[in-house]
Amino acid sequence: MALNSLGREIPESYAGRRLVPYSDPWSLKPAGQIAARELRRRNPGEKKLLSSLREAVDAAGLRDGMTISTHHSLRNGDFLLNMVVNTLAEMGLKGIWIASSSVHPVHAEIIPHIRSGVIAGFECGVNGLIGELASKGEISCPIIVRSHGGRARSVIEGSVGIDCAFIAAPCCDEYGNLNGIFGPSACGSLGYAQVDALHARVVVAVTDNLVPYPAIPVSIPQALVDHVVLVERLGDPAKIVSTTTRITTDPVGLQIANFAAQVIDASGYLADGFSFQTGSGGISLAVADRVRQLMRRRGIKGSFGCGGITGYFVEMLEEGLFSALLDVQCFDLDAVRSMGRNRTHQEISADMYASPFNAGAVVNSLDCVILGATEVDSDFNVNVNTESNGYLLHNTGGHSDTAAGAKLSIIVAPSIRGRLPIVKDRVTTVTTPGETIGVVVTERGIAVNDRLPELRKELAARKLPVKEIGQLQQEIYRVTGTPRALEFEDDVVALIEYRDGSIIDVVRRVRE
Amino acid sequence: MTDSKLRRSLLYVPGNMPSMLQNIPVFECDGVIVDLEDAVPLAEKDAARQLVRRFLENYTERNKEILVRINPLDTRWGYEDLKTVLPALPDGIRLPKADTPEIVERLDTLLTEFEEELELPIGRFGVLPSIESALGVINATAISRSSSRIFALAFGAEDYTASMEIERTKGGEELFNARTQILWAAKAAGIQAIDTIFADVSDMEGLRAETELAKRLGYTGKSLVNPRQIEVVHDVFAPKEEEVAYALEVIEAIKRARLLGTGVISLKGKMIDAPVVKRAARVLRTAYAHGMTDTPVDEEVIHGAQ
Repeated sequence: MALNSLGREIPESYAGRRLVPYSDPWSLKPAGQIAARELRRRNPGEKKLLSSLREAVDAAGLRDGMTISTHHSLRNGDFLLNMVVNTLAEMGLKGIWIASSSVHPVHAEIIPHIRSGVIAGFECGVNGLIGELASKGEISCPIIVRSHGGRARSVIEGSVGIDCAFIAAPCCDEYGNLNGIFGPSACGSLGYAQVDALHARVVVAVTDNLVPYPAIPVSIPQALVDHVVLVERLGDPAKIVSTTTRITTDPVGLQIANFAAQVIDASGYLADGFSFQTGSGGISLAVADRVRQLMRRRGIKGSFGCGGITGYFVEMLEEGLFSALLDVQCFDLDAVRSMGRNRTHQEISADMYASPFNAGAVVNSLDCVILGATEVDSDFNVNVNTESNGYLLHNTGGHSDTAAGAKLSIIVAPSIRGRLPIVKDRVTTVTTPGETIGVVVTERGIAVNDRLPELRKELAARKLPVKEIGQLQQEIYRVTGTPRALEFEDDVVALIEYRDGSIIDVVRRVRE
Repeated sequence: MTDSKLRRSLLYVPGNMPSMLQNIPVFECDGVIVDLEDAVPLAEKDAARQLVRRFLENYTERNKEILVRINPLDTRWGYEDLKTVLPALPDGIRLPKADTPEIVERLDTLLTEFEEELELPIGRFGVLPSIESALGVINATAISRSSSRIFALAFGAEDYTASMEIERTKGGEELFNARTQILWAAKAAGIQAIDTIFADVSDMEGLRAETELAKRLGYTGKSLVNPRQIEVVHDVFAPKEEEVAYALEVIEAIKRARLLGTGVISLKGKMIDAPVVKRAARVLRTAYAHGMTDTPVDEEVIHGAQ
């Protein structure tokens, strides 16, 4: 065991690999080259269209112990990962690793295949039941949780080698040009799949919408795609994207949003050229709404909005409040439609979005980002992976990437969730290190990281309720009482990898 | 009881909901009215009373005025409400269905008894009578003078329209006479006037229009049913920038007057005396609460003007 710089106990190795304990967000340097794959040749007249996933598995040369990937742009409406794993099981393969960009509750269907040994482990974060069962010790499979940028980095540097990427392609032609904009399973940006298409040993496009050549616009080009498979349905459109995401009407949420917008205003970044990212949650959108009103009132023209894009950001683009949207994933149908309509709504890869190991990610140019939290601690460390019961239930998303990249990262969260305090002495799991967090905004007050004394002064001058994070914690504890500490066994069920590949924390089995 | 506390927004919070009570410190209204009356079903009256008491006992760092709306004193809960909540020291009582001065006098007597029993200064608890019937409107002037504890009159339009057997409309023409009469009574007694609630919590434009009307008439605040309404109401009651600038000049002028040993001075050809200073002070208190000025009003200067 080693202690990382945040005092978290990290095993020396896990699932057969040596681990590097997290030290800080900036200093770990990459070594080596971008991962390459074999050249290939495709002569005129050779067909790529295969008749089934089984044929694709054969054609890809998948064997026991290999690694496959899918992307999660279809989110909880995704059918592909389940179809692929069922096919692998029918073909008798064992010990397969899943290196998808994320796994969702819909994929609980593959749990029997974990128990039977078809699946050996996950090179990705998991949302929902798989993580919970692992946390309870009811299934056994290594899980390595990565941020969006960290996953792109791991694939590009080759620390995760994908043997076959199955790319859900909502619109695809027979020669493998594809996009996510059109078709019954339209999901918009294919930012995660673009990384896999460039680096997987074999690339299989799977579509339920085969269109005449060429499928335009080209998000992933034919030159990267080895095989094409037509299936009946890629996903459930109702669950691929949420319907219009809504600004919260909850008074507590609105209060938080009001404070957060004032923090942005006080930061000085809200000027021409402003760049901004929020999630799709109700509070985030309420912040965006207030920022939008300020921009309108002052005639501010922003530079770009990025991350998961919602119809709300599309409206801001079309209103001229941003010059561009840089989109790694669409969160709603308005965003999907905008990609086909707005030239300045630009699809970007997860690498360009957030990898720490390239010539410069988009997150590095962000002024402000609004992020959520399950827990925050007195060092501003943030947990978004495990719930208060200690179960691994969520992937990291772009949380730690944007926090590291943005000039000002703002956590917005209600001070009490259920009956539990949001601020604790020590978070159950560190997802994002406190040194990359600027401000924590709750309805009971605003805590500013010590590294931003000027901002703290400005907020105080504006008579906003600035509090030490410890003071905020005590105020919340007065309402909730002090929470009892969770108990864990020694077994590690998941690694939380920081975006640079070092280990920021581990998730241990919960003592029942 | 003439006082100058800001009461732009008095937010109703149901007394039977712990999740709402716990958020009272958080909302940026000027005061709350913790409700034991209409918001609480009969079966929960006793439990709500206890809950409110516990909450108030623990809410020690008060950052806003706390009023409790008790049940009417002619019900079997009204007296119990007082007995339970007064030891937890709310700032005052919002008295529903204040139809006659006698009802207020009865409350005054009871409050005096509790103050004696609790060894508190007499007059510790303020009273905000709610005028919400035709009879109450007719008696508004007498009610406003029925107790020195009264710091404002509140208008309750929902019950008022019920008592008049009419519908309440968005335009509010049917409320105009009652609104005005209550206002006259309050102004004549030198106390504040708090306008009725606006029930449609999703109609912010309607709320704005109604609050603007109330402000134009002379109301100093509004009762609210949802925290989302606070911002709009504060926005309406915020003074205009030129008003703030003028008020600051008035305060500077009266400071100069004090140095010269007089209570009257001329500013831009106009005489500045105590009433003008008082009005300037009200503007500046509101401006400060609204974040429009950096420093609180110099109460010493105002005091000297009264």
